[in-house]
Amino acid sequence: MSESQETTSQTLYEKLGGEAAVNAAVDIFYRKVLADYRINRFFDNSDMEKQIAKQKAFLTMAFGGPNNYSGTDMRTAHARLVKMGLNASHFDAVMEHLGATLTELNVPQELIAQAAAIAESTRNDVLGK
Amino acid sequence: MRSITIGESTFSCQPDETVLETLLRGNVQVPNGCRQGLCQACLMRSLDTPPPVSAQNGLKDTLQKQNYFLSCVCHPEQDMTVALPNQQGASVEAGVIKKRLLTPDIVQLVLAYQSPFNFFAGQFVNLKRPDGLTRSYSIANIPRHENILEFHIRRLPNGQFSSWVYDELEVGAQLTISEAQGSCHYLPGRAEQPLMLVGTGSGLAPLYGIIADALAQDHSGPIHLFHGSRDLNGLYFVDEMRELAAKFDNFHYTPCISGEGIESNHVQGRAHDIALSSTETLSGWRVFLCGHPEMVNQTKKMAFMKGASMADIYADAFHVMQEHK
Repeated sequence: MSESQETTSQTLYEKLGGEAAVNAAVDIFYRKVLADYRINRFFDNSDMEKQIAKQKAFLTMAFGGPNNYSGTDMRTAHARLVKMGLNASHFDAVMEHLGATLTELNVPQELIAQAAAIAESTRNDVLGK
Repeated sequence: MRSITIGESTFSCQPDETVLETLLRGNVQVPNGCRQGLCQACLMRSLDTPPPVSAQNGLKDTLQKQNYFLSCVCHPEQDMTVALPNQQGASVEAGVIKKRLLTPDIVQLVLAYQSPFNFFAGQFVNLKRPDGLTRSYSIANIPRHENILEFHIRRLPNGQFSSWVYDELEVGAQLTISEAQGSCHYLPGRAEQPLMLVGTGSGLAPLYGIIADALAQDHSGPIHLFHGSRDLNGLYFVDEMRELAAKFDNFHYTPCISGEGIESNHVQGRAHDIALSSTETLSGWRVFLCGHPEMVNQTKKMAFMKGASMADIYADAFHVMQEHK
């Protein structure tokens, strides 16, 4: 990930390093999620390729990249998990792993805060509030 | 304007339209989801021309090599003939030229084909007998000029097809083979990467092909094969594998027996446990897993947690075998 280019016209997604950054982050992020006993039951899926694709979609969105997800999509996609008991503490845990992943990749704190803010904006839709 | 052909139908792709949009407009049922090239639900395959590289982003390298693409982000650069992943292409006829028992439970079947046929070692085909009964089996050899396909077929209790192969199929008989499928195979590049291969029972078949392929393509990194079985009847090619290990310094072979109280000079334990505990980390490794679905799925997760990148894990779970063979 590049932190050298300081052009103001760059989007967050570009500053973070675009698709290459998503690819670098996804394995680290998903490994943290799967290792976390608080939340791994929500991510337990026999098809890991599909799970990885979903995590990539999530990270792309959080990185400010191109995505077509609407609030309704978010609600529909997570409704099953809300039924399983998904709540704010689980959302917090995912936020924690997002931050830790980016820190591990040496992303500047200011950009991490921006990505976290985007992810945070989906909280109510994800939790079906 | 580009045209998109699928099956018997051809559609015109409007400017700015994706392949998915064109097909949906033509009432072709194509599964789809995110429509932004991420969820991979709309995966398709180009049968004639390589798809635009931009429509292959994020796909496994083996799928890219086989011209798979994501139709929702594919703006065709030329006319394309496409198919859904489960759509069968042309099949070819093949005759049995060899049949011999490898163990009391596993038979080696060698077929010869005349028509042009492309495959990667480690892929599988559907074998169809004259009355239509069809089963999937992995190819155990690498493509060579002699136009043969080798299979290792395990006899399953009440397995209709495997019992027939065992008891009735004779040298000279004809079978129909589908085009080769599956993304669990070797690709050149990154020749120094360590490889770990774990297989149970006849899961050795695709791994045997993959190893032969890697060695033929001068893979220089260490290649570690762990072949497991509950009992000695599931363990075969032990001498062949030992000979290969003697011939190639970078190839290492560990046969494993998981059943209790079996006397043998093999390692005692389940192949995937022994494989995973044999190294500190799998970071940077390429991992191939074939055989029992439970073993494959469990090991996939464990290999990932141990540091292997998901893009570097290739798996072929023998589901069909479990249910129908």
